[in-house]
Amino acid sequence: MNAPIKLTEAEQALLLLGSDGEASGILRERGLPTRRVEAWHYTDLRNLLKSIPTGSQLDTGDVDRLLSSYQRLTHATRLPFVDGKYIADAADETPNGVLVAGENAPNLTPAADDDAIGLIGAITGAKGVSIAIKDGVKLDKPLGLAQVIASSSFCSTAHTINVGKGAHVSFIERHLSGDGITGQGNAITSLSVGEGAEVLWAIVQQHGNQCTHLGQLNVDLAADARLTILILNCGGKLVRQEVHVKSNGENSDLEILGVNLVGDKTHVDVTTSLLHNVPNTNAEETFRNVITGSGHGVFQGQIRVAQPAQKTDAQMACNTLLLSDEAEFSAKPELEIFADDVICAHGATVTDIDDEHLFYMRARGIGETDARALLIKAFVDEIFDDLEDETFKGALVGLIDDWLDRNG
Amino acid sequence: MIEIKNLHVKIAETETKILNGLDLTVNAGEVAAIMGPNGSGKSTLSYVMAGKKDYEVTEGDILFNGESILEMKVDERAAAGLFLAFQYPVEIPGVPTMNFLKAAMNAQRKTRGDAEYTTPEFIKRVKEAAGNLGISMDMLKRSLNTGFSGGEKKRAEILQMSLLEPKFCVMDETDSGLDIDALKVVADGVNNLRSPDRGFLIITHYQRLLEHIVPDTVHVLYDGRIIQSGGKELALQLEEHGYADVIANAA
Ligand SMILES: Nc1ncnc2c1ncn2[C@@H]1O[C@H](COP(=O)(O)OP(=O)(O)OP(=O)(O)O)[C@@H](O)[C@H]1O
Ligand SMILES: [Mg+2]
Repeated sequence: MNAPIKLTEAEQALLLLGSDGEASGILRERGLPTRRVEAWHYTDLRNLLKSIPTGSQLDTGDVDRLLSSYQRLTHATRLPFVDGKYIADAADETPNGVLVAGENAPNLTPAADDDAIGLIGAITGAKGVSIAIKDGVKLDKPLGLAQVIASSSFCSTAHTINVGKGAHVSFIERHLSGDGITGQGNAITSLSVGEGAEVLWAIVQQHGNQCTHLGQLNVDLAADARLTILILNCGGKLVRQEVHVKSNGENSDLEILGVNLVGDKTHVDVTTSLLHNVPNTNAEETFRNVITGSGHGVFQGQIRVAQPAQKTDAQMACNTLLLSDEAEFSAKPELEIFADDVICAHGATVTDIDDEHLFYMRARGIGETDARALLIKAFVDEIFDDLEDETFKGALVGLIDDWLDRNG
Repeated sequence: MIEIKNLHVKIAETETKILNGLDLTVNAGEVAAIMGPNGSGKSTLSYVMAGKKDYEVTEGDILFNGESILEMKVDERAAAGLFLAFQYPVEIPGVPTMNFLKAAMNAQRKTRGDAEYTTPEFIKRVKEAAGNLGISMDMLKRSLNTGFSGGEKKRAEILQMSLLEPKFCVMDETDSGLDIDALKVVADGVNNLRSPDRGFLIITHYQRLLEHIVPDTVHVLYDGRIIQSGGKELALQLEEHGYADVIANAA
């Protein structure tokens, strides 16, 4: 065993947030990951996470007023969280076939040595809701987990979601806070999608300009299940969103659609790992990123195909628009394939706005700023084209427009 | 309306000169045609008028209603009433044509201090103009110029021209790629826009277009200069004899 390291301020503060268990021991010994840890190479968490905010300064009286001040994104059945706490009293009535329980405290253990988000969740005793969707239930409205950070607090959540066989359901996991709030969220969700179920899981991260978001979605996909994961990052100062999917049943189909809008002086990292364990599964990942100012965007996409997983079809594409000279994007696709009869492909492009396009639009009288905004919108909006829920699609496009107004 | 005086233009990044002392005046109400061999600088002239930054004016001036436009931005020139129908309209995937038209029309109205069109007003105008040009509304739902055939792109340019109601129109080889019927439709569209306070500069290789849109003046551009000007009969003469005589006379 190595000699204990000198803990950073943030690491010490994290240890104070939890009980002194096994996870704390690991942090004491290893610290948060630095760029020397491969999975964190582009997001040096130890360096970037300077401090940890103290507890919530909110009293319960404020919560109602606060929640009503946040606009609903869409017509979802809302399950609200404030500063990491589930506010059952303010939740909308859940439809038949849906069981929601608060005070879910899963026994978290980090998935691997480099699973810092899992480790933080374990140290801080993350709590959340558990949601069970009964077999065959088809919901016409999405379920919305609206997670508001209202004060400079550290919000550690963990949700456990089980979708029964053949159920059809959409979830919107939304993270939001006001500008200037220096809160931090460590948000872990485990999602199990039953046989033949059809699920949309959307992560809409629209934090204010000072918030940190560390998110992790861990998915188990059963046979014949269809899952679409949609990610929109349009806020936050330091963001790492992980998605880990295990395709454990044959004929499952996974689609990941992501838009990352990375503003000046912000860092947004999306890291995905797809593990194909069985034959005949599909996965398609498409990301569009827009980076402005001195923003730094990261995409790490890992596809692992185990030896029995013949006929896997996995595709990954990541296209980025860099809008300034200081803007930076790091892309790391990684394929580990142990089966021989598979189709796996990845492609990453980084471009600038096309001058010919810009000239054409301006020659029609559209000012440079507006023309650029239209071209950027064209680049990202396309990702959500096939979304069936028009209201939700409209809300997402609205968030993109707002971001462009603020950052264009 | 347009006065181009001793215009010298080079490629911005190199020393390659393209226009070498070009002089041309087009009055309000006039339709001027420019003809000239490939590579003589016709499209370059149109781009310089529109304000493309790949080109640098090293000498001379372009006046629009008496004022120099060289310091104006591309979109300011457009809002002032200058329109360029492109020889090769670019495809812009992801931008629906209707959104683009609305953005362009309202941007220009805003710059001029007019109220923006409401959606119903806008749609009514587009339907009418598209109908006149034989353009289906389905085509306008697609991304701008994306996958449009050569002829469809040219029609779409004229649609934009009629919706934006510019004061001065530069049309770069609008006839190329059009079938015989479409040529007639497009020419009618242009003729409808002819008015005493609007000028046209029509770049073409063929007399055929000028049978439908009868020009007041015809100019020959060669090696970056206007080497001969005349009436509509000059186009007929060029069609018959080619450029050799005109070039020999100018030398
Ligand atoms: N951006 C550029 N870079 C380099 N050369 C250029 C550029 N633009 C134009 N040229 C050159 O300038 C000359 C004039 O080109 P231009 O396109 O204006 O000709 P044109 O008269 O329109 O020809 P055409 O009848 O074939 O359309 C050509 O030799 C062309 O290759
Ligand atoms: Mg040309």
